[in-house]
Amino acid sequence: MFRTHMLLSVAAAGIVALATPAAAQTLQVKSWASACANCHGTNGKAQGAAASLAGQSKNDLISKMQAFKSGQRPATLMHQIAKGYTDEQIEQIAAYLAAQK
Amino acid sequence: MERRALLQALGTGAAVAATGLTAGCATVGGKQAKVVVIGGGFAGSTAAKYIRMWSEGSVQVTMVEPNEAFWSCPISNLVLGGSKTMADITTPYDNLAKKHGVQVVRDSVTRIDPKAKTVTLAGGATLAYDRLIVSPGIDFMYEKIPGLNNAMAQAKVLHAWKAGPQTTALRQQLEAMPNGVVYALAIPGSPYRCPPGPYERACQIANYFQKAKPKSKVLILDANKDVTSKGKFFKAAWANKYPGMVEYRGSHKVMDVDVATNTLKFEFNDDVKADVLNVIPDMRAGTIARSSGLATADNRWCEVDFLTYESKAMPGVHVLGDAIAAAPKMPKSGHMANQHGKTCAAAVVAMLTGQEVPSMPIFANTCYSFLDTQEVVHVAAVYRYDAGKKTMLPVAGAGGLSAEPSKLEGTYAMAWAQNIWADMLA
Repeated sequence: MFRTHMLLSVAAAGIVALATPAAAQTLQVKSWASACANCHGTNGKAQGAAASLAGQSKNDLISKMQAFKSGQRPATLMHQIAKGYTDEQIEQIAAYLAAQK
Repeated sequence: MERRALLQALGTGAAVAATGLTAGCATVGGKQAKVVVIGGGFAGSTAAKYIRMWSEGSVQVTMVEPNEAFWSCPISNLVLGGSKTMADITTPYDNLAKKHGVQVVRDSVTRIDPKAKTVTLAGGATLAYDRLIVSPGIDFMYEKIPGLNNAMAQAKVLHAWKAGPQTTALRQQLEAMPNGVVYALAIPGSPYRCPPGPYERACQIANYFQKAKPKSKVLILDANKDVTSKGKFFKAAWANKYPGMVEYRGSHKVMDVDVATNTLKFEFNDDVKADVLNVIPDMRAGTIARSSGLATADNRWCEVDFLTYESKAMPGVHVLGDAIAAAPKMPKSGHMANQHGKTCAAAVVAMLTGQEVPSMPIFANTCYSFLDTQEVVHVAAVYRYDAGKKTMLPVAGAGGLSAEPSKLEGTYAMAWAQNIWADMLA
């Protein structure tokens, strides 16, 4: 079921990409991903006790966020944050963070 | 896409030479596009850095800030309690210039001329802008408390609601207090900067008294009916961690202060005399926002478009942070101000490089409060732009409070501070 879920989200992200001009999408996705930076550092490069997200594999980031979202993965607050994002948004943010070196 | 960008830019009177797929080179009238940012707090610093990053250096950014360094309000209550120092909450502005090419000018803006698109500095200089970002924070409405409406009274009865010299001065007053006397904290009615902040302050000062002056008391006089944020956690902390030391009185609105006798006067209640008074007055947008006509909501807060943070009163001028008339469920917090900064940065870069302004802002608010020096609770929310209502709304089913106070969240709270300060200034 999880696999189907992921395939659906990838397909949906494809539709979003087609419907949005590439440059605007880039600024939109950068802007979404920048909301992670408050706790996880600019472009996902964290300091201190927060997890660094930059350069993690896209699939790992997606499955962690989905596990927070479903409640399967215990957390202090990430389960509350993850529920605010659609599967498509999680997919695009994960792709952006995975691409950060 | 480049053709589309060019057409859009020409439509707004700008000539754009696209240099890459993701960002055009921002020029206005053949010159490099210029942004001036007023104020280097959570919102202004973030906007300045992110405009430089996202325009790939093609937009020139000048930030005008009177303070020598950034002093963080979050964590400043721990300085009052003595478990952190001023050095712990201070970050220099150097990296904005060195690493990101922001021109940081230590001065204040006295006048905005939206027709000429210039700002005038107290030092006399004039700066031209293509887009202006005003992030002036808050000022206090001392005229509503006659006894505090002069500099001498304000030097004695502190707010310490802007971190910096006031934080140090209030800490000194607490250190000088004898054991067995009362510290009174007066809280303004909502909306005010950092809803849980005053209650966290009560915890930190009670924590200090417990160690250094165990017969002393914290008396909270709140203009609101009840604790406005994380109430169950704060009340449990006062009862269990600091038994008999913290007294809370709701619906106590300060109307005046007799500074000579250290007496608080209320709208409906009996006078209260205490040894150290800490009065947080009602707030409004910083002076420059009001004097330039941006504070259109009740002459107090600035109304903005939540896609761009552009002022509804003054085209070309954006307002960020605590100074805005926020959507009803958006708190005035440093975390939110940082998010305003990024949403605005994306919009400004889009406008100056002929790209489409992102139409679906989404961001979170995470707010940690220390109940003692280690145990922490949070409140979190996720906000999404609602195109129909043209405002930011909390996403239903997301967000919430801590399950219980924990030291683990204390560790995360410090990591939050470290990362958000770096996100603004490193």
